[in-house]
Parts: sequence; C-alpha cells; structure tokens
Amino acid sequence: MIKQLASRIVNSLGLLLAVLVLNFTLIHLAPGDPVQVIAGEMGGASPEVLAALRAKYGLDQSLLEQLTAYLSSVMRGDLGYSYYFNEPVSNLILQRLPATVYLVVSALALAVIVGTILGVISARKPNGLLSHFVTFISLVGHAAPVFWSGLLLLLLFASVWPLFPSGGMVDVSQAKTGLDYAVDVGIHLVLPCLTLALVFLAQYSRLARVNMIDVLSADYIRTARAKGLSEWVVITKHALRNTLIPIVTVVGLQFGNLLAGAVLVETVFSWPGLGRLVFDSILRRDYPTLMGVLLFSALMVMVANILTDILYRLIDPRVQEVSR
Amino acid sequence: MSTVTLEPSKNASEREVVAKPSSPILTTLKYFWQSPSGVMGAAILLLILGAALLGPFFYHIDPMDIAGAPFQEPSSDAWFGTDYLGRDVLAGLLYGGRATLLVGSVAASITIIIGVTIGALSGFYGGLIDKALVKVTEFFQVLPPLLFAMVLVTLFGQKLSIITLAIGAVSWTSAARLTRAEFMRLRSREFVKASRACGASDLYLILRVVLPNALPPIIVSTALAVGTAVLFEGGLSFLGLGDPNTMSWGLMLGQNRNYVLDAWWAVTFPGAAIFLVVLAMSLLGDGVNDAVNPRLRRRV
Repeated sequence: MIKQLASRIVNSLGLLLAVLVLNFTLIHLAPGDPVQVIAGEMGGASPEVLAALRAKYGLDQSLLEQLTAYLSSVMRGDLGYSYYFNEPVSNLILQRLPATVYLVVSALALAVIVGTILGVISARKPNGLLSHFVTFISLVGHAAPVFWSGLLLLLLFASVWPLFPSGGMVDVSQAKTGLDYAVDVGIHLVLPCLTLALVFLAQYSRLARVNMIDVLSADYIRTARAKGLSEWVVITKHALRNTLIPIVTVVGLQFGNLLAGAVLVETVFSWPGLGRLVFDSILRRDYPTLMGVLLFSALMVMVANILTDILYRLIDPRVQEVSR
Repeated sequence: MSTVTLEPSKNASEREVVAKPSSPILTTLKYFWQSPSGVMGAAILLLILGAALLGPFFYHIDPMDIAGAPFQEPSSDAWFGTDYLGRDVLAGLLYGGRATLLVGSVAASITIIIGVTIGALSGFYGGLIDKALVKVTEFFQVLPPLLFAMVLVTLFGQKLSIITLAIGAVSWTSAARLTRAEFMRLRSREFVKASRACGASDLYLILRVVLPNALPPIIVSTALAVGTAVLFEGGLSFLGLGDPNTMSWGLMLGQNRNYVLDAWWAVTFPGAAIFLVVLAMSLLGDGVNDAVNPRLRRRV
C-alpha cells in the first residue's frame, strides 16, 4: 500500500508541474500586455517607465527564464500578487478558504445523509411511490441550474417568507461573538447549503438506490436474513457498508472540485468564499488571483483524490487484497 | 431466422413478420417509442427547439431593444414581463434560446469529438499511447471544469465562439474514459480479429468495426453532454462571462439576478428554460439508453 501511495504522489507531482506550466502558458498566451494594462491604470506612462515595469516583473527576460522564476516562486508558496486586492494571492486564498469549507462540507454531509436514507428506503421497494420520488428528485436536481434554484430559494425564503437572510455569512449590522456568532453563521448557511446539497442529493440518492438494490440481492444478505436477523440489522449492519463505498469515492472526487466549483452558489448568496474571490477577480480582470485559485484548486483535487484512495482502501479490505 | 420460416406449425402471416428483415434504425425507434421518459424528453425538446427556431419569425420584438417600462409584470402587453431595462422577456427567451442551444450543441459535439478520438486511440492501441493519453486525461480531470472554463473565457475574450470552445475543452474527459473502456472491451473480440485477419487497416478497424459497436453509450453521453454544455453556458453567462452582444438565457439570468426581488419573472423564466432543456436531454438519454442497449431491451 505504501508503495502504491508513493507512486500516486509522484504521479500527482508530475500533474502539478504540468498544471504550473499550463498556468504560465495561459498567462502568456492571453491577449494584451500586462505592462500596458498596469500603465493604463496609471493613466499612461513613458517608454522608460514601461521598460522599468518590464524589468520589475521580469518580463524582459526569455520565456524559459520567466518560467523558471515562476516555478521557483510557486515552490516557495508564492502564488503571485493581486494588484486589485493589493495582497499576496496566497493570503487571499487562505482568508476565503474557511467559508467555502463550511459551505461545501455542510452541503455534502446533508446530501450524503439524506441521499443515502432516500436511496436505501426506495431500494427496498423499487417500484414504490418513494422510489419514483427519488427518481424525480434526481432528475430535477441534475437538471436545475444551481444559480436558478438558488435564486428561487432566495425569492421564496428570503422575500416571500422572509425566514432566512438573503446573503452574506454574518449579520453585519451587529457584531456577535461566541455562540451567537455560530448561530448567525448557521442561519446564513441554510439557503446556500440547501441549494448546493440539492445537486448532490440527486446524485447520491440515485447512487445509493442502485447500489442498495445490487447489494440486497447478494448471497451474504440472504444468509443474514436466513439467520433470522431483523431487517433493520440486515440493512444497517450488513448492506449499508457496501452501499456507502461508491458514495465515499464520489464524494471524495467531488470535494476537491467543489472548493472552487461553489462559485455559482457563492455568487448567488454573496457567500464570502473562494468562489466569490474567483468572481471578484474575474470582474476586475485580476489574473494573478484567478490563476492562483486555479492552481490551488488543482492541488486540492489531487490531495482529495489521494485521500479518497487511502480511505477507500481502509473501508474496503478487498481492494487491499487485490493490490497485494 | 431461416429455421423459423421453415417451421410448419406457424401460419403464413406470422412467418412473414418473423422473416422480415427490419432496419436497425427502425427497431431502435420502435424501442425508443416504448420508453416513456424518452418520448417525454423528445417532446419537450421539440417544443423548445421549435420555439427558438420558429418563434423569432412570428415575434418581432428585438430582445436587446427597450420595449417598454422596466420591471413590468407579466401581462397581456408583455406576456412574460420586462426586465430591469424594459427589454421584453419573451423575446429574450425566443432569441436567446437560439444562442444557448447553439452553444450547447456545438460544445457537446466538440466534447464528444475530442473525447471519442482520445478514448478510441487510447483503448485501441493500449501500451505507450494509452499511457500517454491517460496522463493527458488525468491532467484535465485535475482542473475543476467550471473554473477552468472561466479562466479560458476571461483570458481569451467573451465571444460565443470562445465560450463554446472553452466548454468543449473542459468537459471531454468522461467521454474519453467511457470510449476507452468500450474500445478496450471490444478490441480483442473475434469480429475485430477476423477483420484484422482480412487485412483491414487500423483506421478501418477503429471507425468501421469497433466504433459502431461502442456507439450506444457514446450516444447516451452525447445527449447528456448537450445538457451539461447548456448548464455551463448558463453558469458562465450568469457570472458575467457571457457574450454581452448576444442574448442568451444565461445572459438574461446574469443581468437580472440583482433585481430578483423586484422582478421574479426576469430570472425565473430563463432559468426554467435551461432547466427544461437539461431535463429533456437527460430524459432523452434514458430513452436512447433503453432503445440502444440490447440487454435492457428484453426487460421492456
């Protein structure tokens, strides 16, 4: 297992290097001279100033030298400097990360729990009413664009019935601390979390349903029933574990993607996370921030993939058997 | 089949039915017609396609023009109301549908062409080519698709062509994985070996022998890819990365989202249109799956 893990990590480092080169290439392929942009913001500049700017950002060197400089600065944890926010990009990312993690983790948790329950119940009666409901939910959850379902929830629960705040993460009119603060964040979290969860609920309930139907027809379940175990024990102790394995894999693979993928939901609800940072940096054409977030999320996807791999081996001993 | 016709107990009409060679397309259509979700998806899609293609011939209001007072509720004057600038929402839906559906179908074609090419080469040849192409696929899988598409559009310009290319460029990996798996499964089958023994070239084997047998799942994933591409177009436009000169459903949503509390109709209808298209495509995908998958047919 250690050997396989090591090869996964080496493989990921290779991919990371490729992402870095892509990042660098994209910035250079993009139309428009960054120095001209900066000069434009300064209200025009003389050729001498332009040359000085070029030298300052190393743009007068050859592409290969620039690439080496870029790689070595990234290795030192320097993801660039945001001209718009006037702060290092890595600081910006670390500031915004917690908000996104709250949102993504709570939405995934909600989706896994509710999705599994719905899937399991409907698998017991594949042609029952609830089963059709699960099919319906998974169709709707897949087809409804998050930015649309988010706006509808906003319209319903922040305007028609003003139960929840319409955006943001905290009530800015009054500073709160301790438990009050946590409750405040929780209330603000409800709508964005529901919106995001709906998408994944759709997938997980379908996945759980299919797997459960599969697992329930296995021999060991028949044995468990024949032993006289109650249906509850058969489901929760015997069947659920095998049903959950594919879901864990999917959750793991999606988690990394979601850190920046929550951009639509974060934009709808003005949630101050990474996605919102992406949105702001696009609005201001703040390329260093945008590319920094792309690099960071690629890294997160890789880390999440490796962790999923480890978790998968821990849950399912059969995978280990095969790998030996 | 000939043994059936020789059986003496069968009466003449029955014999004829069994012996009649039916075209595979007709058979597929017959099975498709038996799938309720497929028929429903096709109906919704035809309705929307018809509205977007024909609607502008009958409805002469320019979607970019200010047609009346802003924030008009849906009424007999403007059936779907007007937006924050006073533009007609129905006109936006009809004309915008053209752009959205065009981006969706072209981007899905790009997705499938890239995905199938890479997957086919990878699965057919195996070995080093496979290793290299799998690495390329892995590389693209590491980049979050929406974010990557956003970066591409931000860097290269908010034009319909760039948006379409960007969506195609970020979403082909699942088609490639699927095609690769199908090709790996099929490449060592007898009929492929037989063709090879007859002297068929690699190109012929890939395109005429293996690909037709790998098509069913690829067709289904094409249907799903159209839905995904429409969602992407909507998402990009919603974030302000649409083509500002071309009306599309995503653009309507993106421009009106700040006024959602003043004019629910200006965001609800274009969102519903996107929803219906994606819904129709996945229902269609289910129907096609039932129709082209011989293993599922027997259950019908």
